[in-house]
Amino acid sequence: MLELLWIVPALPFLGFLLLVLFGKHLSRTGVALIGVGSVGISGILTILIAISFITAPPAGHHFAQTLWVWIDVAGFTPAIAFYLDSLSMIFMLVITFVGFLIHLYSSEFMLDDDGYSRFFAYMNLFIGSMLTLVMGNNLLLLYLGWEGVGLCSYLLIGFWYQDPANGYAARKAFVVTRVGDASMAVGLFLLFKHFSTLNIQSILTQAPDLWAIGAPVATAAALLLLGGAVGKSAQLPLQTWLPDAMAGPTPVSALIHAATMVTAGVYLIARMHVVFALSPIAMLIVAIVGALTLLLSGFSAITQVDIKRVLAYSTISQIGYMFLGLGVGAWSAAIFHFMIHAFFKALLFLGAGVIILTHHHEHNMFKMRGIRKQLPVTFWTFLIASGALAAFPLVTAGFYSKDAIIWYAWSSEQGSPLLWVAGFVGAFITAIYTFRMVFITFFGEPRMEATHKPGIRLKIPLVVLGTLSVIAGFLNLPETMGHFTPFSDFLHFALPAVRTFHETLTQEFFFQIYTALASLVGIYLAYFFFIRKFEFIVQFTKTTFGAALQRYWFSGWAFDWFYDLLFVRPYIWIARINKEDVFDLIYDGIAAISRVFNRMFSFTESGRIRAYAMSIVIGAIIILTIAVVL
Amino acid sequence: MTVIFYIAAGVAVVSTVMVITRLNAVHALLYLVVSLLSVAVIFFTLGAPFVSALEVIIYAGAIMVLFIFVVMMLNLGEEAAAEESKLLTGGMWIGPGILALILVGEFIWILTADAGQAIPGTVIPPQAVGISLFSTYLLGVELAAMLLIAGIVGAYHLGHRKHKSTHRFLQEGGSE
Amino acid sequence: MISIPLESGLLLAGILFALGVVGLLVRRNVVFVLMSLEIMLNAAGLAFIVAGARWGQPDGQVMFIFILTMAAAEVAVGLALILQIYHRFKTLDSDAASKMRG
Repeated sequence: MLELLWIVPALPFLGFLLLVLFGKHLSRTGVALIGVGSVGISGILTILIAISFITAPPAGHHFAQTLWVWIDVAGFTPAIAFYLDSLSMIFMLVITFVGFLIHLYSSEFMLDDDGYSRFFAYMNLFIGSMLTLVMGNNLLLLYLGWEGVGLCSYLLIGFWYQDPANGYAARKAFVVTRVGDASMAVGLFLLFKHFSTLNIQSILTQAPDLWAIGAPVATAAALLLLGGAVGKSAQLPLQTWLPDAMAGPTPVSALIHAATMVTAGVYLIARMHVVFALSPIAMLIVAIVGALTLLLSGFSAITQVDIKRVLAYSTISQIGYMFLGLGVGAWSAAIFHFMIHAFFKALLFLGAGVIILTHHHEHNMFKMRGIRKQLPVTFWTFLIASGALAAFPLVTAGFYSKDAIIWYAWSSEQGSPLLWVAGFVGAFITAIYTFRMVFITFFGEPRMEATHKPGIRLKIPLVVLGTLSVIAGFLNLPETMGHFTPFSDFLHFALPAVRTFHETLTQEFFFQIYTALASLVGIYLAYFFFIRKFEFIVQFTKTTFGAALQRYWFSGWAFDWFYDLLFVRPYIWIARINKEDVFDLIYDGIAAISRVFNRMFSFTESGRIRAYAMSIVIGAIIILTIAVVL
Repeated sequence: MTVIFYIAAGVAVVSTVMVITRLNAVHALLYLVVSLLSVAVIFFTLGAPFVSALEVIIYAGAIMVLFIFVVMMLNLGEEAAAEESKLLTGGMWIGPGILALILVGEFIWILTADAGQAIPGTVIPPQAVGISLFSTYLLGVELAAMLLIAGIVGAYHLGHRKHKSTHRFLQEGGSE
Repeated sequence: MISIPLESGLLLAGILFALGVVGLLVRRNVVFVLMSLEIMLNAAGLAFIVAGARWGQPDGQVMFIFILTMAAAEVAVGLALILQIYHRFKTLDSDAASKMRG
């Protein structure tokens, strides 16, 4: 069964090829069959491979399959080879399973669109690239998948290209992640220089022997890789592209900008954990980046009015949690949160998509209101997912995963109280903005009528993801609730366990109470301010301080304005003065000289016979002179 | 005979100068006839009686007469002469004069480089010319004939003026 | 019989030619331009005759006959053109016909 590993990424690529070549000639059903079917079959295969991997694990809990050698130059031989271990297994399951559900959803969501086959072609290409990213056994293949998902993100954000604003958002996403990609490429060069190979396992085994803990080289390599992760995962300082990326269709936002592509950075750091662990400074920076990002985007999410932008900032914030977890060494907790987040965030986006679709593509929450009665299935699944996001205690999966990270931010050897405070405040704010969104959208008097009920293909993914958002949390119960951790145990074959100070169980219990309280208080505050006493908010935003604060947080802490001032304007200025620089002078000069000569010569063409006769005579004299002189 | 050559040469030069400086076209043409006649005399002294006769008959007698016909047809009156004097200012002679002087100067230079040859002056009768014309240069004769036909047809076509097609009783005012 | 130096004959031809050039460049009246053209043709013919007499062969005279023929045809066509120009521009100024300027 494991030998069929290569089929898993190959099928989406095949789907992409078929849709690109024949998509225009197929009917909607045919396109949907190929598009959804390829990912579906990959999903089934992944599940079968997972079952085989878990029940009958291969030696060393990893399996490698080489298809062919890609490049063979001077001893550098990266291959098209796949490496299956617990980490990539988890990611493959999430990608194919959630991907399949989203494909099923979009087969109905995009039904009215003209670019139906183009959409599924891009989506299949994306799934294939993302799978290559997580399954590649060398960094070059990873980088290939990395760039592939970046390309698909650009193509899909700008899917409705007739509107130039969408193209601008797509370009912005591409350029900002490019900055990160460049940093990562330099990191790859550095790693290659020191290890003479880009094979991941070779690097991970050689690194501790070659580099001491805290070596500047290790820090440099880790920080450069972090640059790439920060770009792709929309963390500080490269987070500005994700809110604008909501210009793409909602399934795209669900798949790429919630569940999979933005978690590529998390995968990279987890995969290269040995390099990161060799540099405590880099780990600290990862944690700080995560903590700052989660706070910053949380505050921004409180002020947003577009439902998808709230979810975008929420994604940035939750990935901040994952970075926080990675930074304190809680590898499995971060990956656990990734999986749970994929479920509930995709569900949130899909639910928002149903709302948008049935309300004439309205995105403004304040214009919707009171949808709870009109779309019951959507409401209940959205509520479950919001509970998971806000880490509603005990019954939602988000509680277990987020609580684990916040606990390890305190108790890990690389944690610190400050990081714990950041995580704690972040949880509080998450609850506030999440339920602000729920209350404003679903409660109150309805302002618009839903145009139609969602069909079965829209509802099935919602229900499935809703169920997962509840039960998936039980895969990893904390110590205080019976030490039932099949998930972490599974991951420990690939990632090291988190090293904590020896804290007592009661301390852990109290911290869990704090986090649960934070979540509940946040939900209540959201209820109070946005349902009962909305006037307080209105009054507050009318004051100068309140209005300024709202504007500042609404714009994402004015990062766009800052980058525009710092980078965009000087660049445009340089380009403008370079339009007519020294080298242009040479070429313009040649043209100007030609024009001068043209004017001179056209002056001699006067149309007068005498002038022409004069020139003939002068010519004759010149020739005679030459004949006489020579 | 040498003296006749130089006298005729002087007359030719003087009359040519008069040709290009006259205001009245007919006067200039008459001076041109004089110049051509003196050149015919020069031909005779050089021992080419045939072309001397041809010069007089064809050049002075036909071509110049054609000129005079056309000039008279143009009917340029007194106002034309006045206009000529306006167009012909003194300063205009400087440039062409310099060019002509340079030309002649170079010519003298070339000629004096290889001095000392004399023209024997033997008379070449028309029979010799005729034999040479119709044996060696027969092709040229044919080509010249074609050229003349082209000249006739061209001159007719170019000189033709379209007549108005309405009857003169139906025209307002006079006829052309 | 008589010995005229070759140079004076050719020099005479050259002077006449130069005078024709001056007339061509100075005069604006097209009739005078044509006249200057005739002067130049005549001077060229004179040069041919002088050369033919130098070598004692009739070739010079034959060439002169051809020149004469060509001059006749050219004058005919040229005068017809002058008539057209006069009727079209109502003047004999050659500068009036300068539409092909660039």
